[in-house]
Amino acid sequence: MILSKEETYSPSEIENLQSERLRKAIQYVYANVPAYRAKMEAARVAPADIRSVADLGKLPFTTKQDLRDNYPYGLFAVGVGKLARIHASSGTTGKPTVVGYTPYDMEVWTECVARIACMGGATADDIAQICFGYGMFTGALGLHYGLEKIGAAIVPSSTGNTQKQLLYMKDFGATLLVATPSYALRIAEVAAEIGVKPERDLTIRTALVGSELLTEAMRQEMYKAWGAGLNVTQNYGMSELMGPGVSGECEKLCGMHINTDHFIPEVIDPATGEVLPAGERGELVITCITKEALPLIRYRTRDLTRLLVGDCACGRRTARMENLSGRTDDMIKIRGVNVFPSQIEEVLLGVDECGPHYELVLTRRNHTDALEVKVELLPAALSDSYGDLEKLSRGIRTRLKSALGIEAKVTLASPNSLQRFEGKAKRVTDLRNVE
Amino acid sequence: MFVKQLSVFIENRKGRLEQVTKELTRNDINIIALSLADTNEYGLLRMIVSDPVAAKDVLCAGGFSAMLTDVLAVRMQNKPGQLYHMLNVFTGADLNVEYMYVLDSSAEYGSMVVKVADAAKALEVIKSGGLELFDEKAVYSIVHK
Repeated sequence: MILSKEETYSPSEIENLQSERLRKAIQYVYANVPAYRAKMEAARVAPADIRSVADLGKLPFTTKQDLRDNYPYGLFAVGVGKLARIHASSGTTGKPTVVGYTPYDMEVWTECVARIACMGGATADDIAQICFGYGMFTGALGLHYGLEKIGAAIVPSSTGNTQKQLLYMKDFGATLLVATPSYALRIAEVAAEIGVKPERDLTIRTALVGSELLTEAMRQEMYKAWGAGLNVTQNYGMSELMGPGVSGECEKLCGMHINTDHFIPEVIDPATGEVLPAGERGELVITCITKEALPLIRYRTRDLTRLLVGDCACGRRTARMENLSGRTDDMIKIRGVNVFPSQIEEVLLGVDECGPHYELVLTRRNHTDALEVKVELLPAALSDSYGDLEKLSRGIRTRLKSALGIEAKVTLASPNSLQRFEGKAKRVTDLRNVE
Repeated sequence: MFVKQLSVFIENRKGRLEQVTKELTRNDINIIALSLADTNEYGLLRMIVSDPVAAKDVLCAGGFSAMLTDVLAVRMQNKPGQLYHMLNVFTGADLNVEYMYVLDSSAEYGSMVVKVADAAKALEVIKSGGLELFDEKAVYSIVHK
Protein backbone atom coordinates (compact mmCIF):
# COMPACT_ATOMS: atom_id res chain seq x y z
CA MET A 1 0.00 0.00 0.00
CA ILE A 2 1.15 3.52 -0.82
CA LEU A 3 0.37 5.72 2.16
CA SER A 4 0.74 9.25 0.80
CA LYS A 5 0.11 11.00 -2.51
CA GLU A 6 3.56 12.66 -2.41
CA GLU A 7 5.12 9.25 -3.04
CA THR A 8 3.56 9.16 -6.49
CA TYR A 9 4.29 12.75 -7.53
CA SER A 10 6.01 13.08 -10.89
CA PRO A 11 9.64 14.26 -10.86
CA SER A 12 8.60 17.79 -11.88
CA GLU A 13 5.86 17.96 -9.24
CA ILE A 14 8.37 16.89 -6.60
CA GLU A 15 10.95 19.37 -7.82
CA ASN A 16 8.50 22.25 -7.67
CA LEU A 17 7.49 21.29 -4.17
CA GLN A 18 11.14 20.91 -3.13
CA SER A 19 12.07 24.32 -4.57
CA GLU A 20 9.22 26.03 -2.79
CA ARG A 21 10.07 24.35 0.51
CA LEU A 22 13.80 24.92 0.07
CA ARG A 23 13.32 28.70 -0.40
CA LYS A 24 11.33 28.87 2.82
CA ALA A 25 13.76 26.62 4.70
CA ILE A 26 16.74 28.80 3.77
CA GLN A 27 14.98 32.00 4.80
CA TYR A 28 14.00 30.25 8.01
CA VAL A 29 17.49 29.06 8.99
CA TYR A 30 19.03 32.39 7.98
CA ALA A 31 16.62 34.20 10.27
CA ASN A 32 16.68 31.76 13.17
CA VAL A 33 20.07 30.01 13.36
CA PRO A 34 22.98 32.43 13.89
CA ALA A 35 25.50 29.70 13.08
CA TYR A 36 23.86 29.13 9.68
CA ARG A 37 23.66 32.84 8.99
CA ALA A 38 27.41 33.09 9.70
CA LYS A 39 28.16 30.09 7.44
CA MET A 40 26.10 31.58 4.60
CA GLU A 41 27.71 34.99 5.01
CA ALA A 42 31.14 33.39 4.92
CA ALA A 43 30.14 31.60 1.69
CA ARG A 44 28.71 34.90 0.36
CA VAL A 45 25.30 33.46 -0.27
CA ALA A 46 22.06 35.19 0.71
CA PRO A 47 18.60 33.62 1.05
CA ALA A 48 17.51 35.47 -2.11
CA ASP A 49 20.14 33.54 -4.10
CA ILE A 50 18.31 30.28 -3.45
CA ARG A 51 15.35 30.18 -5.80
CA SER A 52 15.15 26.51 -6.67
CA VAL A 53 16.72 23.10 -6.14
CA ALA A 54 19.24 24.01 -8.85
CA ASP A 55 20.76 26.60 -6.47
CA LEU A 56 21.44 24.05 -3.74
CA GLY A 57 25.13 23.80 -4.64
CA LYS A 58 25.69 27.43 -3.61
CA LEU A 59 25.08 26.54 0.02
CA PRO A 60 27.80 25.35 2.38
CA PHE A 61 27.74 21.81 3.78
CA THR A 62 26.87 20.95 7.35
CA THR A 63 28.96 18.27 9.05
CA LYS A 64 28.87 16.24 12.23
CA GLN A 65 31.59 18.59 13.49
CA ASP A 66 29.19 21.55 13.15
CA LEU A 67 26.81 19.72 15.48
CA ARG A 68 29.61 19.10 17.96
CA ASP A 69 30.80 22.72 17.76
CA ASN A 70 27.30 23.94 18.50
CA TYR A 71 26.51 21.43 21.24
CA PRO A 72 23.83 21.12 22.50
CA TYR A 73 21.32 23.54 20.93
CA GLY A 74 23.38 25.87 18.73
CA LEU A 75 21.94 24.67 15.41
CA PHE A 76 18.35 24.63 16.65
CA ALA A 77 16.00 27.09 14.98
CA VAL A 78 13.53 27.18 17.88
CA GLY A 79 13.82 27.84 21.58
CA VAL A 80 13.76 24.83 23.86
CA GLY A 81 10.26 25.85 24.99
CA LYS A 82 8.95 24.85 21.57
CA LEU A 83 10.42 21.34 21.69
CA ALA A 84 8.32 18.24 22.11
CA ARG A 85 11.15 15.70 22.20
CA ILE A 86 14.91 15.53 22.56
CA HIS A 87 16.98 12.54 21.41
CA ALA A 88 20.70 11.99 21.29
CA SER A 89 23.01 9.67 19.44
CA SER A 90 25.39 7.57 21.46
CA GLY A 91 28.52 9.57 20.70
CA THR A 92 31.15 6.88 21.01
CA THR A 93 33.82 9.56 20.91
CA GLY A 94 33.23 12.84 22.69
CA LYS A 95 29.87 14.44 23.21
CA PRO A 96 26.61 12.96 22.00
CA THR A 97 24.78 14.54 19.07
CA VAL A 98 21.61 16.18 20.31
CA VAL A 99 18.53 16.42 18.14
CA GLY A 100 15.14 18.00 18.86
CA TYR A 101 11.60 17.89 17.50
CA THR A 102 8.70 20.34 17.64
CA PRO A 103 5.18 18.89 17.69
CA TYR A 104 5.08 19.46 13.90
CA ASP A 105 8.42 17.64 13.48
CA MET A 106 6.94 14.74 15.42
CA GLU A 107 4.01 14.61 13.00
CA VAL A 108 6.28 14.62 9.97
CA TRP A 109 8.57 12.01 11.51
CA THR A 110 5.63 9.73 12.27
CA GLU A 111 4.29 10.19 8.74
CA CYS A 112 7.66 9.44 7.15
CA VAL A 113 8.18 6.26 9.18
CA ALA A 114 4.59 5.18 8.54
CA ARG A 115 5.20 5.43 4.78
CA ILE A 116 8.33 3.31 5.10
CA ALA A 117 6.59 0.71 7.24
CA CYS A 118 3.84 0.51 4.58
CA MET A 119 6.30 0.11 1.75
CA GLY A 120 7.99 -2.65 3.70
CA GLY A 121 4.70 -4.51 3.90
CA ALA A 122 3.40 -3.52 7.34
CA THR A 123 -0.36 -3.35 7.77
CA ALA A 124 -2.90 -2.39 10.42
CA ASP A 125 -3.26 -6.09 11.26
CA ASP A 126 0.36 -6.53 12.22
CA ILE A 127 1.59 -7.17 15.73
CA ALA A 128 4.92 -5.40 15.60
CA GLN A 129 7.63 -6.36 18.05
CA ILE A 130 10.18 -3.59 18.31
CA CYS A 131 13.54 -5.02 19.34
CA PHE A 132 15.45 -1.75 19.08
CA GLY A 133 16.77 -0.28 22.30
CA TYR A 134 14.25 2.22 23.65
CA GLY A 135 15.76 5.39 25.03
CA MET A 136 17.80 8.19 23.56
CA PHE A 137 18.23 6.25 20.32
CA THR A 138 15.75 7.44 17.66
CA GLY A 139 15.22 4.00 16.10
CA ALA A 140 12.84 2.45 18.60
CA LEU A 141 10.50 5.39 19.17
CA GLY A 142 10.61 6.34 15.48
CA LEU A 143 9.39 2.92 14.35
CA HIS A 144 7.03 2.80 17.32
CA TYR A 145 5.13 5.94 16.33
CA GLY A 146 5.18 5.16 12.60
CA LEU A 147 3.82 1.65 13.05
CA GLU A 148 1.25 2.85 15.55
CA LYS A 149 0.04 5.42 13.01
CA ILE A 150 -0.77 2.76 10.46
CA GLY A 151 -2.72 0.83 13.07
CA ALA A 152 -0.31 -1.96 13.99
CA ALA A 153 -0.24 -3.22 17.58
CA ILE A 154 3.12 -2.47 19.15
CA VAL A 155 5.06 -4.82 21.42
CA PRO A 156 7.80 -2.50 22.73
CA SER A 157 10.08 -5.26 23.92
CA SER A 158 13.31 -3.30 23.35
CA THR A 159 16.58 -5.23 23.44
CA GLY A 160 18.01 -7.74 25.87
CA ASN A 161 16.73 -10.96 27.43
CA THR A 162 16.43 -12.66 24.09
CA GLN A 163 14.66 -15.72 25.48
CA LYS A 164 11.93 -13.48 26.87
CA GLN A 165 11.75 -11.75 23.47
CA LEU A 166 11.07 -15.13 21.90
CA LEU A 167 8.40 -15.91 24.46
CA TYR A 168 6.57 -12.66 23.62
CA MET A 169 7.03 -13.29 19.95
CA LYS A 170 5.51 -16.74 20.17
CA ASP A 171 2.79 -16.21 22.75
CA PHE A 172 1.63 -12.81 21.47
CA GLY A 173 1.73 -13.97 17.86
CA ALA A 174 4.01 -11.18 16.66
CA THR A 175 3.94 -10.87 12.87
CA LEU A 176 6.45 -8.09 12.32
CA LEU A 177 9.94 -7.69 13.69
CA VAL A 178 11.92 -4.48 14.02
CA ALA A 179 15.61 -4.96 14.81
CA THR A 180 19.12 -4.40 13.55
CA PRO A 181 20.10 -7.17 11.13
CA SER A 182 22.66 -8.47 13.61
CA TYR A 183 20.15 -8.64 16.44
CA ALA A 184 17.55 -10.29 14.19
CA LEU A 185 20.09 -13.03 13.47
CA ARG A 186 20.98 -13.28 17.14
CA ILE A 187 17.32 -13.80 18.05
CA ALA A 188 17.12 -16.64 15.51
CA GLU A 189 20.30 -18.14 16.95
CA VAL A 190 18.92 -18.12 20.50
CA ALA A 191 15.69 -19.59 19.14
CA ALA A 192 17.66 -22.51 17.68
CA GLU A 193 19.45 -23.00 21.02
CA ILE A 194 16.17 -23.39 22.89
CA GLY A 195 14.54 -25.54 20.21
CA VAL A 196 12.32 -22.87 18.64
CA LYS A 197 12.18 -23.00 14.86
CA PRO A 198 11.17 -19.53 13.59
CA GLU A 199 9.50 -20.85 10.45
CA ARG A 200 7.47 -23.45 12.31
CA ASP A 201 6.91 -21.98 15.76
CA LEU A 202 6.73 -18.22 15.18
CA THR A 203 4.49 -16.02 13.06
CA ILE A 204 6.92 -13.30 11.98
CA ARG A 205 6.23 -12.55 8.30
CA THR A 206 7.81 -9.14 7.92
CA ALA A 207 11.10 -7.75 9.18
CA LEU A 208 11.91 -4.06 9.02
CA VAL A 209 15.62 -3.87 9.71
CA GLY A 210 17.71 -0.79 10.07
CA SER A 211 20.26 1.22 12.00
CA GLU A 212 23.04 -0.79 10.42
CA LEU A 213 23.79 -1.79 6.88
CA LEU A 214 22.05 -4.88 5.52
CA THR A 215 24.29 -6.39 2.87
CA GLU A 216 22.74 -8.75 0.34
CA ALA A 217 24.66 -11.62 1.93
CA MET A 218 23.19 -10.69 5.29
CA ARG A 219 19.73 -10.65 3.73
CA GLN A 220 20.34 -14.23 2.57
CA GLU A 221 21.32 -15.10 6.16
CA MET A 222 18.00 -13.61 7.29
CA TYR A 223 16.12 -15.91 4.91
CA LYS A 224 18.12 -18.90 6.16
CA ALA A 225 17.49 -18.03 9.80
CA TRP A 226 13.86 -16.91 9.61
CA GLY A 227 12.55 -18.77 6.57
CA ALA A 228 12.67 -18.12 2.85
CA GLY A 229 9.20 -16.59 2.93
CA LEU A 230 10.22 -13.75 5.25
CA ASN A 231 9.69 -10.29 3.82
CA VAL A 232 12.85 -8.40 4.82
CA THR A 233 13.33 -4.75 3.96
CA GLN A 234 15.76 -2.26 5.30
CA ASN A 235 15.21 1.38 6.00
CA TYR A 236 17.52 4.28 6.41
CA GLY A 237 17.85 7.38 8.49
CA MET A 238 20.00 9.04 11.08
CA SER A 239 19.16 11.00 14.17
CA GLU A 240 20.65 14.24 12.80
CA LEU A 241 18.15 14.16 9.93
CA MET A 242 15.18 12.90 12.00
CA GLY A 243 15.93 9.27 12.82
CA PRO A 244 14.45 6.44 10.75
CA GLY A 245 12.13 7.70 8.01
CA VAL A 246 14.49 9.20 5.46
CA SER A 247 14.20 6.26 3.07
CA GLY A 248 13.27 2.61 2.91
CA GLU A 249 12.96 -0.36 0.61
CA CYS A 250 9.64 -1.39 -0.82
CA GLU A 251 8.87 -5.06 -1.36
CA LYS A 252 10.36 -4.87 -4.88
CA LEU A 253 13.81 -4.50 -3.27
CA CYS A 254 15.26 -2.11 -5.80
CA GLY A 255 16.79 0.56 -3.62
CA MET A 256 15.39 2.70 -0.83
CA HIS A 257 12.66 5.21 -1.68
CA ILE A 258 13.53 8.62 -0.30
CA ASN A 259 10.82 10.81 1.19
CA THR A 260 11.80 13.52 -1.27
CA ASP A 261 9.05 15.92 -0.24
CA HIS A 262 10.91 16.31 3.06
CA PHE A 263 14.51 15.59 2.14
CA ILE A 264 16.50 16.67 -0.91
CA PRO A 265 19.24 14.14 -1.67
CA GLU A 266 22.52 14.88 -3.45
CA VAL A 267 25.56 12.68 -3.98
CA ILE A 268 29.00 14.25 -3.79
CA ASP A 269 32.59 13.24 -4.18
CA PRO A 270 33.62 12.91 -0.53
CA ALA A 271 37.14 14.16 -1.27
CA THR A 272 36.30 17.29 -3.27
CA GLY A 273 32.70 18.05 -2.29
CA GLU A 274 31.78 18.21 -5.96
CA VAL A 275 28.20 17.19 -6.78
CA LEU A 276 28.11 14.02 -8.87
CA PRO A 277 25.60 13.32 -11.63
CA ALA A 278 22.70 10.96 -10.89
CA GLY A 279 23.80 7.35 -10.90
CA GLU A 280 27.35 7.94 -9.68
CA ARG A 281 28.42 6.60 -6.35
CA GLY A 282 29.58 8.96 -3.63
CA GLU A 283 28.65 10.42 -0.27
CA LEU A 284 24.98 11.11 0.37
CA VAL A 285 24.13 14.71 1.32
CA ILE A 286 20.66 15.54 2.62
CA THR A 287 18.89 18.86 3.00
CA CYS A 288 15.92 18.93 5.37
CA ILE A 289 13.22 21.18 3.93
CA THR A 290 10.37 20.80 6.38
CA LYS A 291 11.98 20.63 9.79
CA GLU A 292 11.32 23.24 12.44
CA ALA A 293 13.66 22.35 15.29
CA LEU A 294 16.84 21.19 13.57
CA PRO A 295 16.71 22.01 9.86
CA LEU A 296 20.08 20.80 8.63
CA ILE A 297 21.18 22.10 5.24
CA ARG A 298 23.32 19.94 2.97
CA TYR A 299 24.20 17.55 5.77
CA ARG A 300 27.03 15.20 4.93
CA THR A 301 25.80 11.77 5.98
CA ARG A 302 29.16 9.99 5.45
CA ASP A 303 27.16 7.16 3.86
CA LEU A 304 28.18 5.98 0.42
CA THR A 305 25.47 5.28 -2.13
CA ARG A 306 24.15 6.37 -5.50
CA LEU A 307 20.81 7.78 -6.54
CA LEU A 308 18.48 5.81 -8.76
CA VAL A 309 15.78 7.54 -10.72
CA GLY A 310 12.84 6.20 -12.68
CA ASP A 311 9.53 4.77 -11.55
CA CYS A 312 9.46 1.68 -9.39
CA ALA A 313 7.23 -1.33 -10.05
CA CYS A 314 5.58 -0.65 -6.68
CA GLY A 315 3.98 2.50 -8.08
CA ARG A 316 6.13 5.03 -6.21
CA ARG A 317 7.95 7.61 -8.28
CA THR A 318 10.30 8.99 -5.65
CA ALA A 319 14.07 8.95 -6.13
CA ARG A 320 15.71 5.91 -4.63
CA MET A 321 19.10 5.40 -3.06
CA GLU A 322 20.99 2.21 -3.67
CA ASN A 323 21.61 0.09 -0.60
CA LEU A 324 24.61 1.57 1.11
CA SER A 325 28.02 0.36 0.07
CA GLY A 326 29.57 1.51 3.32
CA ARG A 327 30.22 4.59 5.39
CA THR A 328 33.11 6.94 4.94
CA ASP A 329 33.50 6.52 8.73
CA ASP A 330 33.66 2.73 8.52
CA MET A 331 36.17 2.69 5.74
CA ILE A 332 39.47 1.34 6.95
CA LYS A 333 42.67 2.06 5.19
CA ILE A 334 44.99 -0.93 5.31
CA ARG A 335 48.41 -0.55 3.75
CA GLY A 336 46.95 2.23 1.61
CA VAL A 337 44.01 0.17 0.39
CA ASN A 338 40.47 1.26 1.24
CA VAL A 339 38.46 -1.56 2.74
CA PHE A 340 34.88 -1.59 3.93
CA PRO A 341 33.83 -4.13 6.56
CA SER A 342 30.82 -4.85 4.34
CA GLN A 343 33.18 -6.19 1.63
CA ILE A 344 34.71 -8.60 4.12
CA GLU A 345 31.26 -9.61 5.30
CA GLU A 346 30.23 -10.45 1.72
CA VAL A 347 33.25 -12.71 1.36
CA LEU A 348 32.71 -14.50 4.67
CA LEU A 349 29.03 -15.08 4.09
CA GLY A 350 29.90 -16.61 0.74
CA VAL A 351 31.82 -19.36 2.54
CA ASP A 352 29.54 -22.26 3.44
CA GLU A 353 31.39 -23.14 6.62
CA CYS A 354 31.23 -19.62 8.09
CA GLY A 355 28.47 -18.14 10.19
CA PRO A 356 27.46 -14.46 10.14
CA HIS A 357 29.64 -13.50 13.09
CA TYR A 358 33.06 -11.99 12.59
CA GLU A 359 35.49 -9.46 14.04
CA LEU A 360 38.20 -7.43 12.37
CA VAL A 361 41.32 -6.49 14.29
CA LEU A 362 43.84 -4.02 12.93
CA THR A 363 47.33 -3.81 14.30
CA ARG A 364 50.57 -2.25 13.20
CA ARG A 365 53.84 -4.12 13.33
CA ASN A 366 57.08 -2.57 12.13
CA HIS A 367 55.12 0.27 10.55
CA THR A 368 53.03 -2.16 8.51
CA ASP A 369 49.30 -2.59 8.96
CA ALA A 370 48.01 -6.05 9.63
CA LEU A 371 44.41 -7.19 9.36
CA GLU A 372 43.14 -10.14 11.29
CA VAL A 373 39.74 -11.55 10.39
CA LYS A 374 38.21 -13.71 13.09
CA VAL A 375 35.29 -15.72 11.87
CA GLU A 376 33.01 -18.18 13.57
CA LEU A 377 32.57 -21.59 12.08
CA LEU A 378 29.11 -23.07 11.83
CA PRO A 379 28.67 -26.02 14.23
CA ALA A 380 28.20 -28.39 11.29
CA ALA A 381 31.45 -27.25 9.71
CA LEU A 382 33.65 -28.38 12.58
CA SER A 383 36.21 -30.91 11.68
CA ASP A 384 38.44 -33.23 13.63
CA SER A 385 41.23 -32.65 11.17
CA TYR A 386 43.86 -29.92 11.23
CA GLY A 387 44.20 -30.44 7.50
CA ASP A 388 40.55 -29.57 6.82
CA LEU A 389 40.70 -26.52 9.06
CA GLU A 390 43.91 -25.33 7.45
CA LYS A 391 42.41 -25.76 4.02
CA LEU A 392 39.36 -23.78 5.08
CA SER A 393 41.31 -20.85 6.47
CA ARG A 394 43.58 -20.83 3.43
CA GLY A 395 40.51 -20.74 1.19
CA ILE A 396 39.06 -17.78 3.08
CA ARG A 397 42.41 -15.99 2.88
CA THR A 398 42.50 -16.44 -0.88
CA ARG A 399 38.96 -15.16 -1.31
CA LEU A 400 39.68 -12.12 0.86
CA LYS A 401 42.81 -11.41 -1.11
CA SER A 402 40.96 -11.44 -4.41
CA ALA A 403 38.08 -9.32 -3.08
CA LEU A 404 40.13 -6.76 -1.14
CA GLY A 405 43.51 -6.91 -2.77
CA ILE A 406 45.28 -7.35 0.55
CA GLU A 407 46.52 -10.20 2.67
CA ALA A 408 44.65 -10.88 5.88
CA LYS A 409 45.28 -13.31 8.66
CA VAL A 410 42.27 -15.56 9.11
CA THR A 411 41.49 -16.93 12.54
CA LEU A 412 38.83 -19.56 12.84
CA ALA A 413 36.73 -19.27 15.98
CA SER A 414 34.42 -21.85 17.42
CA PRO A 415 30.65 -21.37 17.16
CA ASN A 416 29.21 -18.92 19.67
CA SER A 417 32.58 -17.60 20.80
CA LEU A 418 32.57 -14.10 19.31
CA GLN A 419 30.70 -11.20 20.81
CA ARG A 420 26.99 -10.78 20.03
CA PHE A 421 25.27 -7.42 19.60
CA GLU A 422 21.76 -6.28 20.38
CA GLY A 423 22.09 -2.88 18.76
CA LYS A 424 24.56 -1.82 16.14
CA ALA A 425 27.29 -4.37 15.76
CA LYS A 426 30.83 -3.17 16.48
CA ARG A 427 33.04 -5.48 14.52
CA VAL A 428 36.18 -3.46 13.99
CA THR A 429 38.91 -3.05 16.60
CA ASP A 430 41.66 -0.73 15.45
CA LEU A 431 44.73 -1.10 17.64
CA ARG A 432 47.08 0.69 15.26
CA ASN A 433 47.35 3.85 17.29
CA VAL A 434 47.35 2.18 20.66
CA GLU A 435 50.75 1.86 22.27
CA MET B 1 34.87 -52.08 16.77
CA PHE B 2 35.49 -48.39 16.77
CA VAL B 3 35.68 -46.34 19.90
CA LYS B 4 34.37 -42.81 20.20
CA GLN B 5 36.91 -40.07 20.50
CA LEU B 6 35.74 -36.73 21.85
CA SER B 7 37.26 -33.86 19.85
CA VAL B 8 36.97 -30.29 21.06
CA PHE B 9 37.86 -27.23 19.00
CA ILE B 10 39.48 -24.72 21.33
CA GLU B 11 40.87 -21.30 20.66
CA ASN B 12 44.43 -20.82 21.80
CA ARG B 13 43.34 -18.60 24.65
CA LYS B 14 44.21 -18.61 28.32
CA GLY B 15 41.83 -20.73 30.41
CA ARG B 16 39.99 -22.52 27.61
CA LEU B 17 41.53 -25.90 28.36
CA GLU B 18 40.87 -25.42 32.04
CA GLN B 19 37.19 -24.74 31.30
CA VAL B 20 36.89 -27.95 29.29
CA THR B 21 38.31 -29.98 32.15
CA LYS B 22 36.07 -28.15 34.59
CA GLU B 23 32.94 -29.17 32.67
CA LEU B 24 34.13 -32.78 32.60
CA THR B 25 34.97 -32.73 36.30
CA ARG B 26 31.57 -31.32 37.21
CA ASN B 27 29.95 -34.18 35.33
CA ASP B 28 32.22 -36.82 36.80
CA ILE B 29 33.71 -37.79 33.45
CA ASN B 30 37.14 -39.37 33.48
CA ILE B 31 39.78 -38.58 30.85
CA ILE B 32 41.54 -41.79 29.90
CA ALA B 33 43.87 -40.43 27.22
CA LEU B 34 44.37 -37.15 25.42
CA SER B 35 46.34 -35.51 22.70
CA LEU B 36 46.83 -31.80 22.11
CA ALA B 37 49.14 -30.23 19.58
CA ASP B 38 50.92 -26.93 19.93
CA THR B 39 49.49 -24.57 17.27
CA ASN B 40 49.11 -20.84 16.89
CA GLU B 41 45.44 -20.04 16.88
CA TYR B 42 43.38 -23.04 17.73
CA GLY B 43 43.80 -26.58 18.82
CA LEU B 44 41.93 -29.83 18.57
CA LEU B 45 41.77 -31.46 21.93
CA ARG B 46 41.27 -35.17 21.30
CA MET B 47 40.27 -37.36 24.20
CA ILE B 48 39.13 -40.79 25.13
CA VAL B 49 36.75 -40.33 28.05
CA SER B 50 34.65 -42.55 30.25
CA ASP B 51 31.34 -41.38 28.71
CA PRO B 52 31.90 -39.69 25.33
CA VAL B 53 28.24 -39.05 24.47
CA ALA B 54 27.50 -37.35 27.79
CA ALA B 55 30.79 -35.45 27.57
CA LYS B 56 29.90 -34.08 24.15
CA ASP B 57 26.49 -32.98 25.38
CA VAL B 58 27.77 -31.17 28.44
CA LEU B 59 30.51 -29.44 26.47
CA CYS B 60 28.15 -28.33 23.72
CA ALA B 61 25.70 -27.06 26.31
CA GLY B 62 28.59 -25.20 27.91
CA GLY B 63 29.34 -23.35 24.69
CA PHE B 64 32.17 -25.53 23.39
CA SER B 65 32.42 -27.06 19.98
CA ALA B 66 32.72 -30.76 20.50
CA MET B 67 32.21 -33.71 18.21
CA LEU B 68 32.63 -37.47 18.26
CA THR B 69 34.97 -39.25 15.88
CA ASP B 70 35.38 -42.98 15.30
CA VAL B 71 38.91 -44.16 16.05
CA LEU B 72 40.63 -47.47 16.65
CA ALA B 73 42.01 -48.50 20.02
CA VAL B 74 44.78 -51.01 19.35
CA ARG B 75 46.13 -53.12 22.17
CA MET B 76 49.78 -54.14 21.99
CA GLN B 77 52.26 -55.90 24.19
CA ASN B 78 54.69 -53.54 25.87
CA LYS B 79 57.78 -54.75 24.08
CA PRO B 80 60.01 -53.67 21.18
CA GLY B 81 58.64 -54.00 17.64
CA GLN B 82 54.92 -53.85 18.43
CA LEU B 83 54.31 -50.39 16.99
CA TYR B 84 56.38 -51.32 13.96
CA HIS B 85 54.24 -54.39 13.49
CA MET B 86 51.02 -52.36 13.53
CA LEU B 87 52.33 -49.75 11.12
CA ASN B 88 53.69 -52.44 8.87
CA VAL B 89 50.24 -53.95 8.65
CA PHE B 90 48.71 -50.58 7.76
CA THR B 91 51.41 -49.69 5.27
CA GLY B 92 51.08 -53.07 3.62
CA ALA B 93 47.40 -52.30 3.06
CA ASP B 94 48.26 -48.83 1.75
CA LEU B 95 46.56 -47.19 4.70
CA ASN B 96 47.63 -43.76 5.90
CA VAL B 97 47.65 -42.95 9.62
CA GLU B 98 46.19 -39.49 10.19
CA TYR B 99 47.18 -39.31 13.82
CA MET B 100 47.74 -41.47 16.86
CA TYR B 101 48.49 -41.15 20.53
CA VAL B 102 49.05 -43.33 23.54
CA LEU B 103 45.90 -44.76 25.05
CA ASP B 104 47.40 -46.68 27.91
CA SER B 105 50.81 -47.77 29.02
CA SER B 106 51.57 -50.28 31.71
CA ALA B 107 54.22 -52.92 32.36
CA GLU B 108 52.30 -55.38 30.27
CA TYR B 109 50.53 -53.34 27.59
CA GLY B 110 51.17 -50.27 25.47
CA SER B 111 48.03 -49.31 23.61
CA MET B 112 47.38 -46.66 20.98
CA VAL B 113 44.49 -44.61 19.68
CA VAL B 114 44.77 -44.59 15.91
CA LYS B 115 42.89 -42.64 13.25
CA VAL B 116 43.32 -43.99 9.75
CA ALA B 117 41.97 -42.62 6.51
CA ASP B 118 39.89 -45.63 5.52
CA ALA B 119 38.30 -47.05 8.64
CA ALA B 120 36.48 -49.99 7.03
CA LYS B 121 39.62 -51.21 5.33
CA ALA B 122 41.58 -50.80 8.56
CA LEU B 123 39.17 -53.11 10.38
CA GLU B 124 39.78 -55.82 7.81
CA VAL B 125 43.56 -55.72 7.90
CA ILE B 126 43.62 -55.53 11.68
CA LYS B 127 41.94 -58.91 11.84
CA SER B 128 44.12 -60.52 9.22
CA GLY B 129 47.25 -58.84 10.60
CA GLY B 130 46.72 -60.29 14.04
CA LEU B 131 46.23 -57.00 15.83
CA GLU B 132 44.00 -56.80 18.86
CA LEU B 133 41.34 -54.12 19.31
CA PHE B 134 39.70 -52.86 22.45
CA ASP B 135 35.94 -52.73 22.41
CA GLU B 136 34.16 -49.59 23.58
CA LYS B 137 33.22 -50.87 26.99
CA ALA B 138 36.77 -51.95 27.78
CA VAL B 139 38.26 -48.64 26.67
CA TYR B 140 35.86 -46.36 28.55
CA SER B 141 36.47 -48.26 31.74
CA ILE B 142 40.29 -48.22 31.74
CA VAL B 143 41.21 -47.00 35.20
CA HIS B 144 44.57 -47.30 36.91
CA LYS B 145 44.43 -48.21 40.51
